[in-house]
Amino acid sequence: MGLLSDPNRRRALIGLLTRLNAPICVVCYMAGVAWFMGLAFEPFTLRTYMSENAMGSTMVEERFPAGERALATGREFAAHKKKTGGMPVDWLVKTMQSRGLEVFTQRFSRRLPFPDEDKERYMVKGTNVYGILRAPRAPRTEALVLSAPCTAGDHNNQAVGLLLGLAQYFRNQVYWAKDIIFLVNEHDLIGMQAWLEGYHHTNTTGMDWSPLQGRGGSIQAALSLELSSDVVTSLDLVLEGLNGQLPNLDLANLFYAFCQKIGVLCTTQGKLQRNDWDSVSGYSHAVQTMMLMAMKQASGRPWGDHGLFLRYHIEAATIKGINSFRQYKTDATTVGRLLEGMYRKLNNLLERLHQSYFFYLMSSLSHFVSIGYYMPAFGLLGVILLLRALDLWVQLASPPPRTEDGVVDAEQVSSPGVLSVLTPLVISHLTGAALYTLPIHFQEMAVEHFPVSETEAVVLTAIAVYTAGLALPHNTNRVLSAFVLVVLSPACTLLFSVFFFQELQEMPVSFLDGWMLYLSVISQGILDHALYGSLVYPLVALLVYPCWLLFWNILFWK
Amino acid sequence: MAAHRCSRSALLLVLCSLCLFSIAESQETTPAGDHRATGVDNPQSVTGSTEQMAEQPTVVEEEEEEEEDRRWEATRDEVETENTSAPDTSAPTFEVHSSVPKPKDDFQEELVIRPLHSGDIYASFQFRTLWETDFTTGNKVSHYRLFPKSLGQVISKFSVRELHISFTQGYWRTMQWGQPFLPSPPGAELWVWFQDSVTDVDETWKELTNVLSGIFCASLNFIDSTNTVQPSASFKPLGIGNVTDHRFLRYATLPREIVCTENLTPWKKLLPCGSKAGLAVLLKSEKLFHSSFHSQAVHIRPVCKDWQCKTKSWELRQTLNVVFDLHTPGQGKQEWSLFKMFSRTLTEACPLASSSKIYVDITDDPQGEQFEVSPATHLLSQAMVLGDRRTFSLYDLTQQITFGTVRSLNLHIRWKSSEGDMLRPLLHAERYVAGYGLQTGEIHTLMYNNHPYRGFPVLLMDSVPWYLRLYIHTLTVTSKGKDNKPSYIHYQPSKDRVRPHLLEMLVQLPPNSVTEVTVQFERALLKWTEYTPDPNHGFYVGSSVISSLVPSIVAMDTNSTREQPLFSSFFPCKEESSYFMRVYTEPLLVNLPTPDFSMPYNVICLTCTVVAVGYGSLYNLLTRSFQIEEPSPGLAKRLANIIRRMRGVPPL
Repeated sequence: MGLLSDPNRRRALIGLLTRLNAPICVVCYMAGVAWFMGLAFEPFTLRTYMSENAMGSTMVEERFPAGERALATGREFAAHKKKTGGMPVDWLVKTMQSRGLEVFTQRFSRRLPFPDEDKERYMVKGTNVYGILRAPRAPRTEALVLSAPCTAGDHNNQAVGLLLGLAQYFRNQVYWAKDIIFLVNEHDLIGMQAWLEGYHHTNTTGMDWSPLQGRGGSIQAALSLELSSDVVTSLDLVLEGLNGQLPNLDLANLFYAFCQKIGVLCTTQGKLQRNDWDSVSGYSHAVQTMMLMAMKQASGRPWGDHGLFLRYHIEAATIKGINSFRQYKTDATTVGRLLEGMYRKLNNLLERLHQSYFFYLMSSLSHFVSIGYYMPAFGLLGVILLLRALDLWVQLASPPPRTEDGVVDAEQVSSPGVLSVLTPLVISHLTGAALYTLPIHFQEMAVEHFPVSETEAVVLTAIAVYTAGLALPHNTNRVLSAFVLVVLSPACTLLFSVFFFQELQEMPVSFLDGWMLYLSVISQGILDHALYGSLVYPLVALLVYPCWLLFWNILFWK
Repeated sequence: MAAHRCSRSALLLVLCSLCLFSIAESQETTPAGDHRATGVDNPQSVTGSTEQMAEQPTVVEEEEEEEEDRRWEATRDEVETENTSAPDTSAPTFEVHSSVPKPKDDFQEELVIRPLHSGDIYASFQFRTLWETDFTTGNKVSHYRLFPKSLGQVISKFSVRELHISFTQGYWRTMQWGQPFLPSPPGAELWVWFQDSVTDVDETWKELTNVLSGIFCASLNFIDSTNTVQPSASFKPLGIGNVTDHRFLRYATLPREIVCTENLTPWKKLLPCGSKAGLAVLLKSEKLFHSSFHSQAVHIRPVCKDWQCKTKSWELRQTLNVVFDLHTPGQGKQEWSLFKMFSRTLTEACPLASSSKIYVDITDDPQGEQFEVSPATHLLSQAMVLGDRRTFSLYDLTQQITFGTVRSLNLHIRWKSSEGDMLRPLLHAERYVAGYGLQTGEIHTLMYNNHPYRGFPVLLMDSVPWYLRLYIHTLTVTSKGKDNKPSYIHYQPSKDRVRPHLLEMLVQLPPNSVTEVTVQFERALLKWTEYTPDPNHGFYVGSSVISSLVPSIVAMDTNSTREQPLFSSFFPCKEESSYFMRVYTEPLLVNLPTPDFSMPYNVICLTCTVVAVGYGSLYNLLTRSFQIEEPSPGLAKRLANIIRRMRGVPPL
């Protein structure tokens, strides 16, 4: 205030900001990027630690013995799955009943807005089977969920087997204080969505499901299990959920603590933790892990069946068994013991998981970056916008207008110009709205007139609407700027992201494959929005794209 | 609740009298004497049942038993008569109070054991103390014999007419276990009818809850106006008396109450024999709390002493229900014994008890294939329980022969369980919170009527704490997809921090249907001192109570799948046609918007900073006097001025 009340010093400050605007912006940008990159450097980050007292100091002893029997159950499940050509509902019901659970089923059906070519489905009909293990002397107010998807083909049979084995073992234990729900969901995320909507009796996406008959009260935590081999080399923890939501960090800590205790290799983002943080390769490994996490969150899609739980304020994660060519193997008994330990600790919870962070990035399972540390990087990037705006404002009115009165005056003066500004504004946003609505609605028409499938029709319509937006202005004499702007457009950013993501995952693709991947990413994005309510597609179509279109207009302003 | 007690005429007719009597707690206001009167009035029905039994002995008894050996045990009222009239029974040894000519109080104990459909086992203890005395009208009762003094004083001091208190740990699984003899909600439940002489009911209620809290070592002192309601229709007096002005009724539940040994010990102390003798030796906490369900209750009510109801006596009923989990995977055969269940065997009845019996429910075993009860007993008994006719093996602990040569009774049962498939009880209910997010939500209550062709009305009572603000205009009642208009609605809106919502409805449940009651609510933001120490656990909403007269299973059986004489089966017998039932739904755990409680510290820091910086600058701006400053002189001039000042010459 003292600074601003002095006209001389104010003038000096503004002069400095306008004169050195570009260098300051560049410095801010560099500093932001450097800060973000520094987050992956191990000495700068915090070690993970268990915040929740109820899970921290209590000791549990894992005794699950029946891994082999669980695998045999898994093989039996596979045989029945093959026989029925889908979910073996009757067999599952009978098996769960014989393990002493209260068993219920839920039927659901959903017609996708257009065929999903990745997973080859359009009209989806299925049944979820779940068994509730009632805790003795508990009033059905709290529950934990263990789920395993029943996927087509030869996947995840071991997960279902282990789930049933754990159910049998858990049934004979006396220490449960919360009901445990064992869920086998069909059609992975769609089944999970149906079950969760049925459990909470909501309908956000227009799915048809039959109401649930049995419930266990409010769900405190959930784990989803994916195992496709009898032995695993490592377990991968997947945290990213719908719209980039994350479960409480304590859930990741719990997983890590038990992996350490039992001696199982654990990874996140499929990347094993390395000890050589001071070497370049070790550092780049940490950066890759963190970037992958950030990109997965940005994609807004659930990266495992757990992702849909997060909407309902249920802490959830997916545990994936990975079998690679390493020598070190872990058998199903050990994985079962790990899960047993995790559930016993979750069972000890007195409150929902809330002590630890909900916003974080992980450069490895043992190190995390909390929101307080990564926000400054975004703040530095954000301050550039502020500086540019200040610069423009100062340039706009060389004698700076005084507070609100000046602004009102300026608007009145330029009132004939409002219409001319408004037109491109409205057109840009209408184009955005068209991009949001047209692809799905015009797919039938497109299929009739062009030799394409429905999915292609949707994607191609989206691209067509997108590029049609570019054709609005007609003056084209700034080719270089136009090229830069196109490269920076949302669509190109997405394309680069696809390649970058593949690069980070150490699975580089050729340009053609990348292009196909790009097309499928667009269709998946639209599907995610329609099926689960992911917000990325509307955000891009209704906000980012129109804003970018305005830039495009400004560039070709006559 | 068709409680039958018909025996006197039957006793005269046959050597062994047949009786039907109730194990189940009378839920209605019919005093015991009335049942006796019915029994005497309708001797035909008794004869009919006798013949029916004679025609098909296999239904209830083992085949190899000869007809003459069978003795049907009389009601407990006629134990003495029975003993003297049956020559082959040994004389009772524990007739302690036989020297006293006519004691005014009387104590009975019994244990019912029922193997459940799911393979679990249900044990229900009932201890009844009857005392012909008058606590009211100001006379001081000072001499207590069997009746616990602590409760007697409570009755007289607070002018209690009826008191029902239950402590339950766990939820009764109707779908697996069928109906309980005595329903109770998870946590603690207390409902009291006061005498109409009480002037300040709320104050008396408050004192009473505090006193009971001390007696039972429970957190009943947390009952205050925010969780107390006055139901208008759901809770009627169960004893004699015709005052039904619900101003004198108070009802409260504490769904969060944890029941453990510290509640069991004071409860056991109320028994005349304590836990020293009789059935109460079985009540060992380390076994009772190693179970799937545990519920203990105390019911005090005035009842008729004789069938003319000239004198009133007080009845204290202490009940304890427990379900043991006998899950053994892979084998259908279940095995159970008294020792396995309670880690004790029985050696004697309580010497103060006039009757002491164990009943084992063997109804589900018509052929004797599934059950093996040992030691075998010759005594059988039948009763109407919750609309179903049940058969029990009976062990009379007052007779020495029961204990055999080893002088201890250790009942053994082996049976086959049909695990897995769930029951379809005629009436059951469930409740849950729908929706997500912390702003609004919806309470769904589902009531299932599984009767194939008969609808019946139910009374639904919901008491919801004030911090869930019910939107009563969103109340919908639908069954079979159609709107179902309740014929009676009593709604008392809540007042913040003063009283809860009370919603009572009379809803007709169509046959074979699910009726869904939904109401939306908004979650209130509490003051920060009102949060519990574990706010992220959530807040409890007590069970809804569903009270109903349910058509009985026996009356439902018009197609007469079981063989019975034609003349006995055209009109459904009135007493059997329907029975009273109370169903409790599960309590709800609702999350309220919870602040981060480390936030106040942050907020204090932040506001202090803002105030300091903002106020400081503003104060600076307001108090500073502005003046145009001359441009500062150059360096040479300043140096010259310094030199001039040193010289004492005025500056330039």
